[in-house]
Amino acid sequence: MADQSNPSFSLSAWLRGNWPILLVLAALALVPTFAAATDNPFLIRLFTRAVIFSIVAVALNFVLGYGGLVSLMHSGLFGVGAYTVAILAFHDYEATKFLGLFAGTDNLAISMPLAFLCAMGVAALTGIISLRTSGTYFIMITLAFNQMLYYFFVALQQYGGEDGLQVLANLHFADFNITKRTTFYYVAVGVLTATIFVFARLVQSRFGIILRATSQNERRVVALGIPPLRYKLMAFAISGAVTGLAGALWASGQAFVSPSDLSWVRAGDYVVMAVLGGMGRVWGPVLGAILFVLLEAYLPSWTQFWQLPFGIVVVLIVVYLRGGLVDVLGLTRSKSASNTEGGHA
Amino acid sequence: MTPILSVNNLYKRFSGLVATNDLSLNVMPGETHALIGPNGAGKTTLIAQLQGELAPDSGTISFKGRDITQEPPHRRSQLGMARSFQITSIFPQFTALANVSLAVQAQQGHGFKFWRDAWRDPALNGPAMEALATIGLDHRAQIVAEDLSHGERRQLELAMALAMKPSLLLLDEPMAGMGRQDGQRMTRILSGLKKDYAILIVEHDMDAVFALADRVSVLVAGSMIATGEPQSIRTDAAVKAAYLGHRS
Repeated sequence: MADQSNPSFSLSAWLRGNWPILLVLAALALVPTFAAATDNPFLIRLFTRAVIFSIVAVALNFVLGYGGLVSLMHSGLFGVGAYTVAILAFHDYEATKFLGLFAGTDNLAISMPLAFLCAMGVAALTGIISLRTSGTYFIMITLAFNQMLYYFFVALQQYGGEDGLQVLANLHFADFNITKRTTFYYVAVGVLTATIFVFARLVQSRFGIILRATSQNERRVVALGIPPLRYKLMAFAISGAVTGLAGALWASGQAFVSPSDLSWVRAGDYVVMAVLGGMGRVWGPVLGAILFVLLEAYLPSWTQFWQLPFGIVVVLIVVYLRGGLVDVLGLTRSKSASNTEGGHA
Repeated sequence: MTPILSVNNLYKRFSGLVATNDLSLNVMPGETHALIGPNGAGKTTLIAQLQGELAPDSGTISFKGRDITQEPPHRRSQLGMARSFQITSIFPQFTALANVSLAVQAQQGHGFKFWRDAWRDPALNGPAMEALATIGLDHRAQIVAEDLSHGERRQLELAMALAMKPSLLLLDEPMAGMGRQDGQRMTRILSGLKKDYAILIVEHDMDAVFALADRVSVLVAGSMIATGEPQSIRTDAAVKAAYLGHRS
């Protein structure tokens, strides 16, 4: 009985369920080599975008797929992280002080953790209010917060307002120069890998299981003696923090950030990426983000009305693959099969 | 002996309807107390107020000698009050074992543990298997809850309640929707639990009520019209008129 109730971790079982992400990460790591061989540096740009959006989609899916919270403010949180890096770099370049108090910095070893913390703070503060609602109301409140963040950065004339803010300082991470295009790409893939690993741990920890239980039956969670709000808040803050980190990468990679990165349309795109890829796996949204970015890049070369076929692809996937792209791989666990993971992962 | 649960002069009104009307009730330690009454008498409303999901308009509720009228539901659960719902309330995408493990986890304190694999934690799965074994569901531990039969889900809910190591079980129609055979099995399970727990049970199945209860209270239109030994309730004229008469 002890064996049955406490199955030990099995690598082969893990591989059976998760091999595609290893393949995808390996393929992503080979992109610069392929780009060099085909003399197509645009590929690195494109996949840097895909990798950074993947980080956001994975972070979003933690609250979306596992917490049942449809957030439309993740582009805003992304923007908070991006602007943190850009504004600090701006003050460093201009040799002025932020709010007349703090000097800026071009050191990402300082500004990236700050971006992480700022996004976490914004997520926590807004979460205290938004997480008291659920369903449609939650969606509307997060949308409202996203618009507030958007117009907040539009209003900051000193930092470019509507035109956005160029990063003119030479960013570096401690003593390392990571802004070279290929190096930066590898850093982004590394962050994505770490993100997937951390969230994979989180969703099967005690904390993660409470979050998943809350999305299935919040009333029951309360009746068991668990107050759900603090767990949802913590989950939202973690998701927001990682999203802010992705924003920081974005600002460093493009040396530019603009309010359009905070638009609510982008927030909707992140939700689409998570749903397309598959919300039932931590890494599912990575597939969605890559497909999204590829379609967005290549469909317009076939037709200027590219959003039409794009929409059709999304509809087909949602209708025929309830589990997203993860379903194509036949990895959605059959409902009746017994499984040792305690639930659908 | 002081009662483990003591309800005093509870009132609850929903716009025009008085759902709980000056209701007082004691549950003694170790006692199985049945609450019966016709549909709409306010039984579930009372359970919801005891568990804390609904707040009474006035009156007090004490649990283990402590006034809990203002305590939120999760605090009451932590103090040792476990509720099973009239409409089965479980986590459909988790296995039976994971459902009960979560109850064990709740009982062990906060869940701000972010790293260790909780699916394979013996500190959770051990007591969870024990609770499943107590109600005879251990052979179904690895089945996803939504694939369990209705009767098994009712049993699972009871196992979750037991895993909370409660001192009082609030059971809201544990046999609801069960066939005769499942109902009899549930009665057997509950009579096995009787000696270890104080139980307040709402039930329509009169065979089960008279087999299990030490005392029976009769609720009609929000008011308690009688409390007593099962035998005296069976013969009480007012009860017969109000309730039992309608059913036979």
